[in-house]
Amino acid sequence: MSKIVYQRSPGLKDVETHYCPGCHHGIVHKLIAEVLTEMDLLDSAVGVCPVGCSVLAGDYFNCDFIEAAHGRAPAVATGVKRTHPQLPVFTYQGDGDLASIGAAEIMHAAMRGEKFTTIFINNAIYGMTGGQMAPTTLEGQKSTTSQSGRDRALHGLPVRMAELLSTLDGMAYAERVCVADIPNLNKAKRAIKKAFTLQQEGIGFTFIEVLSTCPTNWGMSPVESGQWVKSTMSQYYPLGVIKDVEVPA
Amino acid sequence: MQKELWKGNEAIAEAAVRAGCKAYFGYPITPQNEIPEYMSVRMPQAGGVFLQAESEVAAINMVYGAAAAGVRAMTSSSSPGISLKQEGISYLIGAELPAVIINMMRGGPGLGTIQAGQSDYFQATRSPGHGDGHMIVLAPASIQEAADLVAEAFDLADIYRNPVMILADGMIGQMMEPIVWREKKPVELPKKDWAATGREADGKTHFVTSLRLQSAQNELFNQELMDKYQLMTQQEIRWEAHDCEDAQIIIVAYGTTARICQSAARKLRQEGIRAGVFRPISLWPYPYEALRALAAQSAVQSVLTVEMSLGQMVEDVRLALGGLKPTPFYGRTGGMIPETDQVADQVRQILQEVKA
Repeated sequence: MSKIVYQRSPGLKDVETHYCPGCHHGIVHKLIAEVLTEMDLLDSAVGVCPVGCSVLAGDYFNCDFIEAAHGRAPAVATGVKRTHPQLPVFTYQGDGDLASIGAAEIMHAAMRGEKFTTIFINNAIYGMTGGQMAPTTLEGQKSTTSQSGRDRALHGLPVRMAELLSTLDGMAYAERVCVADIPNLNKAKRAIKKAFTLQQEGIGFTFIEVLSTCPTNWGMSPVESGQWVKSTMSQYYPLGVIKDVEVPA
Repeated sequence: MQKELWKGNEAIAEAAVRAGCKAYFGYPITPQNEIPEYMSVRMPQAGGVFLQAESEVAAINMVYGAAAAGVRAMTSSSSPGISLKQEGISYLIGAELPAVIINMMRGGPGLGTIQAGQSDYFQATRSPGHGDGHMIVLAPASIQEAADLVAEAFDLADIYRNPVMILADGMIGQMMEPIVWREKKPVELPKKDWAATGREADGKTHFVTSLRLQSAQNELFNQELMDKYQLMTQQEIRWEAHDCEDAQIIIVAYGTTARICQSAARKLRQEGIRAGVFRPISLWPYPYEALRALAAQSAVQSVLTVEMSLGQMVEDVRLALGGLKPTPFYGRTGGMIPETDQVADQVRQILQEVKA
């Protein structure tokens, strides 16, 4: 007798995504979908997607979604969560969206301790527009707008958003993860689940930064990309819990 | 019904609460600060949400979020802040979301002044944001009308799934006048079955978006928007005419300027000059036909437009008339307000030129 050992999460629609081979968006989508399914939140969850490669995330998740203007997802999520405190709300944002054009919105959402969860996909580049330099692009990393590599004299050094936002009292829980191998993938899922759990308990703002790949714009194979996340990106962006507010029992 | 003395900004805020507004997001800017101040106290009392946003950009996007989740939402600002909100207004139009936006206009451009202005007419009626898009624009001339139009604006936004702007000049916000709180006639509104508040019982999901990557699909959507705008043009034109039946000159003005022009017209009538005032209330859609019909009367020698700008609405007056009659213009701008005598002088001068 055969039995099902693996299947598409009910949290995802049965459609093909437009993501490139080796891109980690699909894996992170799957983890969120599994968490929402396991926590029985698919009927009530509202996601807010950004402008960037994940602009179509609403077509892939099997829950309600709102597409925000570039960088404004935290403001849109604030509008949803403040008027519907009972709904689990999350934003899904890339690094150009969150750390550059939307820096003010994410900062103030964290400062206010908005009770939604942000999943921050940091792949150190603008993916959708063709590989331009992001605020997260590493020093020396080549992009289509830093063709000799990011120069600290010109552009400064990349921003560590999880650490930056964790200086704010409204931040309840921040963790940086990656999904480049199975142990890390499992850690990432646990982190996402913890963030949604804390949100459901109304603790405060929760933030998961996922170091992610962009093989197409990095000019690497999917395997090389995953290795680069672990060998290079995680050196500058250390993995682990950045902030975890202990809640008195 | 009892009359009550209300300041314009506070009356607008209270009217929104009475119209069932459940979420207000704003950012401080003069001359509309009494709106967020009033809302900060009143919204929680009324079971709604007040939040001071970090910017105008954030405020309009919070409105976008609340509206996408099916809630009656409003923001308010003044000219420089409205420029910042234009991104969000375009997205509201593109995602077909209802919302009410108050612009308590001040003199521009740039930081300009905090005194009253009417120089955001083009912005409101021609280009509320990028892309093909329009919103209904309503211009009150009194505190009573401001309160009445706010109540109506929420219904119009829901009916058409489109943002509606109340375009008032700073004087409307700062003046106090007696008003009556009228019972609003209940309007049948469409169900918000598109709102993102969780899946439906059958598992159907909602995706509120303005992205239509296939150009053919996007063109089709734009054509559907255009059909909606045509319906607004058929059904939502509002205007008033004062003493235009026998007029030899018609003064066209909106908002506070229209009241100044009415004072001027009364003064001119006492001198035997038959002046009338045409006041558009909906600036988009504009009452082209009504104005043209009045201007076509044989007694009308000239149609003077008066604005607190250097000539914006006058373009609509000229479109309406199509060369039918002379269309001179008089404007004060940058925060300066036209005076009754100045308008009357303009009329006397125009009629003398016509005679000569």
